Amino acid sequence: MTMASPIPVPMPLAALARRARATVAAIDWHMLTPAEVRRLREFGLDEGVEIEMLQRAGVGGGPLACRIGRMAITFRSHIARAIHVTL
Amino acid sequence: MTGIPLVALVGNPNAGKSALFNALTGARQKVGNYPGVTVERHSGRLALDDGRPIELVDLPGTYSLDPSSPDEEVTRDVVLGAQAGERRPDAIVVVADATNLDNHLRFALQLRQLGLPMVLALNMVDMAARDGLTIDVAALAGELGLPVIETVAVRKRGLDALRTALSETLRTHAIPAVPTGEVDPDIRHFQREARRIARAATVDEPRARQVTASLDRFALHPVLGPIILLTLLFVMFQAVFSWSEAPIGWIEGAQGWLADTATAMLPAGFLRDLLVQGVINGVGSVVVFLPQIVILFLFILVLEASGYMVRAAMLMDRLMAGVGLSGRAFIPLLSSFACAIPGIMATRSIQDPRERLTTILVAPLMTCSARLPVYAVVIGAFIPARRVMWGVGLQGLVLLALYVAGIVSAMIASVLIRRTVTRGVGGGFLLEMPRYQWPAVRDIAIGLWQRAYVFLRRAGTIILGVTVVLWVLTSYPVAPAGVKQSEYSVAGRIASGLEVVLKPIGFNHEMSLAVIPAMAAREVAVSALQTVYAIDAADEDQGAQELGGKLASRWSLATALAFLAWFVFAPQCLSTIAVVRRETNGWKWPAFMIGYLFALAYVAAGATYWIAVWAGLG
Repeated sequence: MTMASPIPVPMPLAALARRARATVAAIDWHMLTPAEVRRLREFGLDEGVEIEMLQRAGVGGGPLACRIGRMAITFRSHIARAIHVTL
Repeated sequence: MTGIPLVALVGNPNAGKSALFNALTGARQKVGNYPGVTVERHSGRLALDDGRPIELVDLPGTYSLDPSSPDEEVTRDVVLGAQAGERRPDAIVVVADATNLDNHLRFALQLRQLGLPMVLALNMVDMAARDGLTIDVAALAGELGLPVIETVAVRKRGLDALRTALSETLRTHAIPAVPTGEVDPDIRHFQREARRIARAATVDEPRARQVTASLDRFALHPVLGPIILLTLLFVMFQAVFSWSEAPIGWIEGAQGWLADTATAMLPAGFLRDLLVQGVINGVGSVVVFLPQIVILFLFILVLEASGYMVRAAMLMDRLMAGVGLSGRAFIPLLSSFACAIPGIMATRSIQDPRERLTTILVAPLMTCSARLPVYAVVIGAFIPARRVMWGVGLQGLVLLALYVAGIVSAMIASVLIRRTVTRGVGGGFLLEMPRYQWPAVRDIAIGLWQRAYVFLRRAGTIILGVTVVLWVLTSYPVAPAGVKQSEYSVAGRIASGLEVVLKPIGFNHEMSLAVIPAMAAREVAVSALQTVYAIDAADEDQGAQELGGKLASRWSLATALAFLAWFVFAPQCLSTIAVVRRETNGWKWPAFMIGYLFALAYVAAGATYWIAVWAGLG
């Protein structure tokens, strides 16, 4: 709805290029199961943290890999769709 | 207070907790089980500075006190003092990875709420230094209000300081009489606090060196990644066969020497026959597989300790999702090629109960090493050692086909089970990817020793018992002249009853007899056939002929192929069934597993037999 603004527009994590870093802007926690929410929080995922794309989803939709803080984690692409980042 | 102090080793997975435990206790470890659950309890003793002994217990790694698996539940219950069969610890050593402080400190902060005396082992400080991280230990200890000791568990660095800090803490801290119990389950504020402390205590933090990232560019590459994984698996299975040849020869040599010595020393008679034919040759025919099992576990332990296994799981996730499982099932299923028992135990790391159950139910379809002796003997006797094409022999091809038959049927069974009895949404795939590291020789050696010990104990108890009982049952009552011993004996009469059911799928009397003791362990089928033909040999004067030759002269090709097909599917191992009962807490799922696997075995063996007869191979 808004026109181009100086405030960075969040984009889905899945759109992040390999080796690119971004800040987590919003997480649609309701799109995830309670177990996924718990584990992601244990991995330190939260609004405001830095995230880096290590490996994009593989051919045929395999899992992707990201770095949060100093920790690398791997998860399926439906989780990436719930995470929005700003560059 | 009675008894020696109990200290619990707690920390995130990949913090180097087990390496620290191994470094502190050496090989003096006790491995047991917590009552009522299927979680292993690793404990060991060590002496503190003042000579006082303590008992150290290594708790399963977990990210928080909000458990999502039976292992993590044990960790929570032990530190809360609520675990059956365990005292409440007198102190906690929390292990944190110095290279990943903001994550590992979060758990330390949550544990601190328990009010137990606590020491923080800041592990892998060498890795942190290599990454360019400088941590101000005094500042960290000040922020946390805990003694902080720098350690490098794999190099045994910092162990003395840790022992000193521990004895100091145990001496000066009063242990709270009642557990505080109030642990905040929302870990987000711990996480923020951990990040703040980590930042305050980290003096210098340049960009991490990217060894792991560079290796992952190859390991996770869409094309190279799967090729590397397949190559590793190929090397692993090759090694299982080629590296084991020499040690198998030594074991067979020792077995032969023992048998000869016993024969020479004892007078002919019941005792000598029992000892030589029953004990030495029966148990020997099983112990001979120890080298293959050790080699397979060596690969699995090294792949796991190096950090590669999670990458393999990631590469396999897409494929596994296609059959209703996840990449996590890959490790248990791979272990099942050695033996279904450790494979089924490894399913504990699968959090989703439906996926875990499915993995347990299909794990026995992976070709375990106990089937090899059966396959090897039958293939050797019936399949000509002919070359099919360059470098590919017919015998190897048949063996490969048996492995593939197992894998394909496991995939089909998984799809069917996930759509019926374990229907429902899966648990997904969400894992930490540990840094690559060189596995410590000591940790691998201890892991191998523990697995070899379990195998040898099995050979010394169950397999020994079954072999002796079978030997007695096939030897008595002694048949009158002109009657076959294998038919007249107790075992023979039982087999005659079973033969009624097994005859339609091409099985003869001896095979019916062999499948009964093979329930104890599949490999006993070989020693059982050996026993049956050895006992009958007196009548027929063929004792000198080796087993393969005896089979070739008595079985048709169709019968042999049916026997192979039977062993691809049949749930021929009581220990596996017992483990499934333990892991699923009841008889329902083992009964289901036995039912579906026997049905598959019967149909597959029957179909193989009749197709072979129809093709003129009968």
